[in-house]
Amino acid sequence: MPAHATMPPIPPEKRKPASRNGRAKGRALEKARGRTAPELIFGDLWEFDPAPESADPKLKARYDLFINGEFTVPKSGKYFESINPANERKLAEIASGSGPDVDRAYVAAERAFATWGRMPGRERGKYLYRVARLLQDRAREFAVAETMDNGKPIRETRDFDVPMCAAHFFYHAGWADKLEYVAPGRRAAPLGVVGQVIPWNFPLLMLAWKLAPALAMGNCAVLKPASNTCITALKLAEIFQDAGLPPGVVNIVTGPGSTGGLIMAHPTAAKIAFTGSTEVGKVIMRSVAGSDKKMTMELGGKAANIVFDDAPLDQAVEGIVNGIFFNQGQVCCAGSRLLVHEPVAGQVVSKLRNRLRVLRVGDPLDKNTDVGAIVSRAQLDTIREYLGIGVREGAEMWQPPCRLPSKGYFLPPTLFTGVTQSHRIAQEEIFGPVLSILTFRTVEEAIEKANNTAYGLSAGVWTDKGSRILKMAAELKAGVVWANTFNKFDPASPFGGYKESGFGREGGRQGLLDYAKLV
Amino acid sequence: MTRLPITKTPKVYVGGAFIRSESARTFPIANASGEFFGNIPQCSRKDLRNAVEAAAKAGPGWARRTPYNRGQILYRLGEMLEARASEMADAIALDGSRAAAAREVAAAVDRLIYYAGWADKCEQVLGSVNPVSAPYFNFTVVEPMGIVGVIAPPDAPLLGLVSLVAPAITGGNTVVALASECRPYPAILLGEMLATSDLPGGVVNILTGFRKELMPIFATHAHVRAISAVANAEERKALALGAAESVKRTHFTKAEEGPDWFSDSAQSLYAIRDFLEFKTTWHPIGA
Repeated sequence: MPAHATMPPIPPEKRKPASRNGRAKGRALEKARGRTAPELIFGDLWEFDPAPESADPKLKARYDLFINGEFTVPKSGKYFESINPANERKLAEIASGSGPDVDRAYVAAERAFATWGRMPGRERGKYLYRVARLLQDRAREFAVAETMDNGKPIRETRDFDVPMCAAHFFYHAGWADKLEYVAPGRRAAPLGVVGQVIPWNFPLLMLAWKLAPALAMGNCAVLKPASNTCITALKLAEIFQDAGLPPGVVNIVTGPGSTGGLIMAHPTAAKIAFTGSTEVGKVIMRSVAGSDKKMTMELGGKAANIVFDDAPLDQAVEGIVNGIFFNQGQVCCAGSRLLVHEPVAGQVVSKLRNRLRVLRVGDPLDKNTDVGAIVSRAQLDTIREYLGIGVREGAEMWQPPCRLPSKGYFLPPTLFTGVTQSHRIAQEEIFGPVLSILTFRTVEEAIEKANNTAYGLSAGVWTDKGSRILKMAAELKAGVVWANTFNKFDPASPFGGYKESGFGREGGRQGLLDYAKLV
Repeated sequence: MTRLPITKTPKVYVGGAFIRSESARTFPIANASGEFFGNIPQCSRKDLRNAVEAAAKAGPGWARRTPYNRGQILYRLGEMLEARASEMADAIALDGSRAAAAREVAAAVDRLIYYAGWADKCEQVLGSVNPVSAPYFNFTVVEPMGIVGVIAPPDAPLLGLVSLVAPAITGGNTVVALASECRPYPAILLGEMLATSDLPGGVVNILTGFRKELMPIFATHAHVRAISAVANAEERKALALGAAESVKRTHFTKAEEGPDWFSDSAQSLYAIRDFLEFKTTWHPIGA
């Protein structure tokens, strides 16, 4: 999340009717006292004009399953509603796929694999390049659709989700004819058909993370988007058609969670890849035990974002905000535990509060919005439950004053101070815009606290000392370490967790190899 | 009167010490002609837990050793095995031919030397500097997973065990291994060589005992981060079910396929990779 767009002018209340001379004297006085000028807090004082994104998302009233290159009705004949979480209105009807549809999808994928898996990599790559280019052509349309479907701010879908999705296809397209460089000493070959189930927090991006490497390696896929957020996956299926992707290479089956279970446990799947909660990940692991399927699991996280006293604090505050309020905190690698060095704890919390006061919460389609809607009523309820738990366990909750839209699933960005390690809000993944703040005194204590979790997906560290960064990077048990930054992603950068955050990587040469067998 | 030889009490190597099972249970094994050879410790759930504790204690120190040092220690283990090759071949030949046993020892030494050489190279081949599309320095290193539970095959009592243990410790993991149930003595002897190879105590812990009794504990012990097992379909299912509880990584060699431990394909950089985590670090580039 980039810094707040532009600094608004000073509102009348804050203007001091001092003479030029007096102001200069004031500044000198402040300097003498060793204090910086007070920050300007506007809150709702400064009204932004609405700046809605107006591109047409080109939604259909009803979305069918995408099997064997065609949109087909589900065997059950049933459809469920997709809701815009920002206004609780129905966006479209989505096909409810079940067992017979999953079987059909696997049959199509298996048939397609006979040619796709043997096609020269050069040609396979061209299809993926086409997908990337066609998505770029329709980027704004997809961004609007993603925002309406998921509730995340248009600024994020426009600047992050959609371009990053295209980048993943483009990056992996280039690998398709260079697979002999993926596994030195061995030949990497496709596995066959892979089953993939993705979450609702980055519907397009998670799809690209799963499909692009699988396809580049020569696999075919049966993929299920999260039931809350199916629309952009099915819009991308239109692009697969436009790109001329051979039928059956990608099959998209929408439906309830149980359909995802069928995709994971299907006997045709040579590999399964799942992104979601650790709880569901364990259920899936049990359901495929004994099947010898390869697995990639991207599960939950409870990342520590560690701020040392020598850190550039203003940048760190931006990083903390980006770490936990990006995508309303509905991010598995969110920096949901702030560990702040005691000498600067007060300063950091106060800066953080000031920063939160100017975050704009509201209409996700407004280009000025920083924090959009929570994906669903159920998720909002879960987060609120955690707020109650945090308060009951004795932590102090703080939310900036802000006006929330009357409709839709909104929650103000929330801070908890006085959090201890045993608090549930410090241990469990909340998956919402809720930051738990803890303090530490020594480097060792920071490491100990950061690693004191069953998760190990990501971590952040803020300090100006280079050797300390490398020490922390080595000691933190996490698959991704962001030093003096947070929540950065790239197709060339492997992503994935330690411990109960899952296994396998997505992105980079390392992630690609997880879609191969070595011969 | 002929001199009565001193027989050795078989003890398992755990936490750098030679111990009997805390349960005080043993099971007898015989020599090639069917005569009593010795009592092997029948390790218990508690022994396994103690071994995991020892492996956990040794873990950070072993992971922090330089890869060059780890390579030298693996090489030293090869030296120890080579020097006592005849004794080890006798141990393997308690069941089977002496010539085949000698071949197995030689292959096990060569396997150790193979992995010794990888210790300071695997990260160069598996890691990367990643060209991200923004002003960040981004690099991926490899790190050990932690404690790897090794379940050795019944056959190739030395080579099978070494083929699973060596790649795990090359990458900086520590190991709790369960030796061949029916041919445990070579693993006990290997423990004595581990003890004289500069390998810190606790890095490799070898238990003897019964698969049925100990495998479920391997599967569900939350501090065991990965399992490397030669197992049949039923055992694989049981291990995978238990592993799900703590999102444990599992790598299985199918027992029913009769793996050829002598083949070059039984050693690989990718066997090291199976027990490594990739860690990617980002840092902004700026003045």
